[in-house]
Amino acid sequence: MRDGSLSGNLSGQVVAAGERPQWRDGKRYLWILGTVVPLFLFLGWGLVNLTGLGVFWFIGPIVLYVMIPLLDIAIGDDPSNAPEDVVAWLEQDRYYRWVTYLFLPCQFVAFFTGFWLMTRHGGPPVVDKIGITTTLGMLNGIAINTAHELGHKKEHLERWFARIALAPCGYGHFFIEHNRGHHVRVATADDPASSRLGETFWGFWPRTVVGSVRNGWRLERTRLRRMDKRVISLRNDVLNAWAMTVVVWAAALLLFGIGILPYLIVQAVIAFSLLEAVNYLEHYGLLRQTLPSGRFERVTPRHSWNNNHLTTNLFLYHLQRHSDHHANPTRRYQSLRHFEESPQLPAGYAAMILLAYVPPLWRLVMDKRVLAHYGGDVTLANIDPRKSAKVLAKYGSAAGADPAQASAA
Amino acid sequence: MARYRCEVCDYVYDEAVGDPREGFPPGTAWSAVPDDWACPDCGVREKVDFVPSADAAAG
Repeated sequence: MRDGSLSGNLSGQVVAAGERPQWRDGKRYLWILGTVVPLFLFLGWGLVNLTGLGVFWFIGPIVLYVMIPLLDIAIGDDPSNAPEDVVAWLEQDRYYRWVTYLFLPCQFVAFFTGFWLMTRHGGPPVVDKIGITTTLGMLNGIAINTAHELGHKKEHLERWFARIALAPCGYGHFFIEHNRGHHVRVATADDPASSRLGETFWGFWPRTVVGSVRNGWRLERTRLRRMDKRVISLRNDVLNAWAMTVVVWAAALLLFGIGILPYLIVQAVIAFSLLEAVNYLEHYGLLRQTLPSGRFERVTPRHSWNNNHLTTNLFLYHLQRHSDHHANPTRRYQSLRHFEESPQLPAGYAAMILLAYVPPLWRLVMDKRVLAHYGGDVTLANIDPRKSAKVLAKYGSAAGADPAQASAA
Repeated sequence: MARYRCEVCDYVYDEAVGDPREGFPPGTAWSAVPDDWACPDCGVREKVDFVPSADAAAG
């Protein structure tokens, strides 16, 4: 059945569609915060006008790296789950879909306004242009998260919306590679988008960026060859997604001139680098063990890093409830659950991204958590082969290893 | 014609219908589907994890 009104293996007695349950979703209207993220550009513009300070063009990084981590600390955790018996109702409630659909017009209004601000009256000083570019990069990076939510759904409309959201940053292949590549091979050495113990973000970046393009292409080539169709055609989902980027970028260049090209490219790199930073922290060091049959063990909640900080979760559509997402990828954001057995990050994704940029700090905070997750047995972790000698020398003594705990992995 | 279901997301492969988008025209036998073919909807399970489905309704 391809109808996505009931996605995921929703167990238990369900509340019939249309019949409103007693339970109330406390986050229902707060999800709109995620929808209006692109409009932060206008907040920045207003603050620039109000204060005369060009620094507010950097509203994107100010919100993501300062405001959200501070709010995470102030507001804290929300581990609440929707009761299992209302999940079917929650999944069919179209309000939650519109929250994600309406992100798209906000995103495109911000995108074109950004370049208009960069070019009107001959354009502001270069530093302001860099600020606007950085903000656009962040907004389009967060759009990849919206695309991610949409791209996992079974409806064709939502899959098209996913590609539209990916167009400004040129990362259309993500929608193929993520669903058909990353989800299949997550937390294994074969997955370019699962980071390894000892691997820095800067070492992960080229591996995942190149690996994602290569895999997305390979997946579509295999599919099209099976269909006996030409690989180079608009039937190829990688190519039709990239074609949308060509259209969007051509429109921007026609409207605002060739001079914006460097800024167009830089905002795209900032956008997909933000996504890759999130990829980096979602599965760091986690490994699915190989079964006697030679296959990888099934994906469980133990194979993703999670966090329950409310603010980041609202801005990222529960992305941090990553274990449930990997167990049930078609489950909609509003019904994703917190699992007690899933490994937890010490801070929200927004703060952890900052940490990822500074490898010594990242290792200091995360390596011990990976080790603890495997009961001290580092050999159970996904170790970077380029660093394996170093990692094994450092953690391989298995001091305090508890074999009983380790074998539970 | 048999039907096979992904236990994670309830996607059903029906031999009578196939999945043309995946390159399996109607009538493609389950045995002709490669073992490493992953569920097109969720990507969590592969062909060998699918279970025979007895549901009467078509997918």
